Amino acid sequence: MENLFVSMAAGIRSLLGSGGLSEWATDFLVMFLKLGAILVYILVSALWLVYMERKVSAYMQCRIGPNRVGPMGLLQTTADIGKLISKEFIIPKDADKKLFLLGPILIFMPPLAVFAVAPFGKGMVAIDMNIGVYYFLALASLSTVIIWMAGWASNNKYSLIGSMRVVAQMVSYEMPLILSIVGVIILTGTLNMSDIIHAQENVWFIFLQPLGFLIYLIAAVAETNRAPFDLVEGESEIICGPFTEYSGMGFAMFFLAEYANVVLVSVMATTLFLGGWLAPFGLTFIPSWIWFLLKVYLMIFLFMWFRWTYPRVRVDQLMEFGWKVLVPLSIANIFVTGIGKYLYHSLGW
Amino acid sequence: MDNVYSLLAFVLLAGMILGSALLVVTLRNLVHSVLWLIVMFIGVAGTFLLLNADFVAAVQVLVYAGAVCIMLVFGVMLVQRPNMEHSNPINWRFKLAAPLVGGLFIVIGLLTAKSQLVVSGQEVPAQTVQALAPILLNDFVIPFEVAAILLTVALTGALLLVKEVKANGNGS
Repeated sequence: MENLFVSMAAGIRSLLGSGGLSEWATDFLVMFLKLGAILVYILVSALWLVYMERKVSAYMQCRIGPNRVGPMGLLQTTADIGKLISKEFIIPKDADKKLFLLGPILIFMPPLAVFAVAPFGKGMVAIDMNIGVYYFLALASLSTVIIWMAGWASNNKYSLIGSMRVVAQMVSYEMPLILSIVGVIILTGTLNMSDIIHAQENVWFIFLQPLGFLIYLIAAVAETNRAPFDLVEGESEIICGPFTEYSGMGFAMFFLAEYANVVLVSVMATTLFLGGWLAPFGLTFIPSWIWFLLKVYLMIFLFMWFRWTYPRVRVDQLMEFGWKVLVPLSIANIFVTGIGKYLYHSLGW
Repeated sequence: MDNVYSLLAFVLLAGMILGSALLVVTLRNLVHSVLWLIVMFIGVAGTFLLLNADFVAAVQVLVYAGAVCIMLVFGVMLVQRPNMEHSNPINWRFKLAAPLVGGLFIVIGLLTAKSQLVVSGQEVPAQTVQALAPILLNDFVIPFEVAAILLTVALTGALLLVKEVKANGNGS
């Protein structure tokens, strides 16, 4: 079980190798398969997370939630997507057609590209990049522009207000997100995800960096535009923000991309603070990739819990909280971590 | 170039950079220009990757494509225009511009051809970040900190200026 996926990859490699393919072509095909598997995982995961969200919210509100389509309503989102595909994709007359169509196509690109460096289990990382964490931060920053582009191209006042909010919010919360991760990087001295996980063998960084984790958590909720920071699509104010004019599958892509981003920030939280695929209490008989997924879905549940517990904050509160509370706190966290590490080294513990 | 693949990648990236840069200056819609500028920055990041400078490539994406273009977006949105068409003014004086740019290109080309480019025979380091840190924080710590202070002063100054305008607006 532990080496299920690793041996599967090795099996495919040897199969291709015996088929008379060159070393280079084999590498290429295996990498292609790995990335394809990640792609399928993310898309299926996004689909089921919509169901999970609805179930979680239902139980939190003493309802039952979807329970008609399939066993326990498990096929509800599949039916929803079927409905959305069959709907007409309406392009507004005054919209910037090309950009309007490009928006939902490009929105999945940044999260999918980042998943290539995510370590899903022991030896289960598609590309073991030296600067993995930095790569995540760099590519994740691109989704801001894509959402803004979609909102601007819609040529709708609600879309425009929403997309400006996206830019303001995501730029403001990218700062504390990056700065909260710096604490972990100071402790490990590496940007490689696998090395960061190995550094947590004795103690998870959530215990060494509790403040960093808290800041990361809050900033991550804001980065994924979810409640209580879902000003971007505050229904009561601006209908659906940048996605107002999108119908059918275009809307569904933005909707699913939100869940892909939730999975992404949860994967990063697990890797950086919760010990990645390391098993707690020496429970190593459970495979590492199951531990990893368990932790990721625990984080996702936490995000859903936030969403159905807290009311939406106001725009000015959002900005004040980001710049006057989170950024100074994260800088203080870096300062304390740096001094702590220096003391630790000089005392020779 | 190591092999035919890196040459192919370089040609594609160069085409991407030049093509999108040309579109940035010729398109009449400022928003389209900003978006093509992002494509151009990503192309430059790809060139850095081709040269095994992965950290610089990520900086290029984060700082230029992610942050600088967002600043441009703010600038675009502050432009008060009913629509964005013809918002990017173009100088059509080809007769003046073409010889000037052509001459500059020839001068740069000649200088590049004449100069002896020093090529280091060393292997490309696998880890560039670890080599960068001591340079930034030991050897050049004073310029690094001065730059940081300069940026902080600029940021605070901008905030102060904005605050003053706001107070006047409320007063009148």
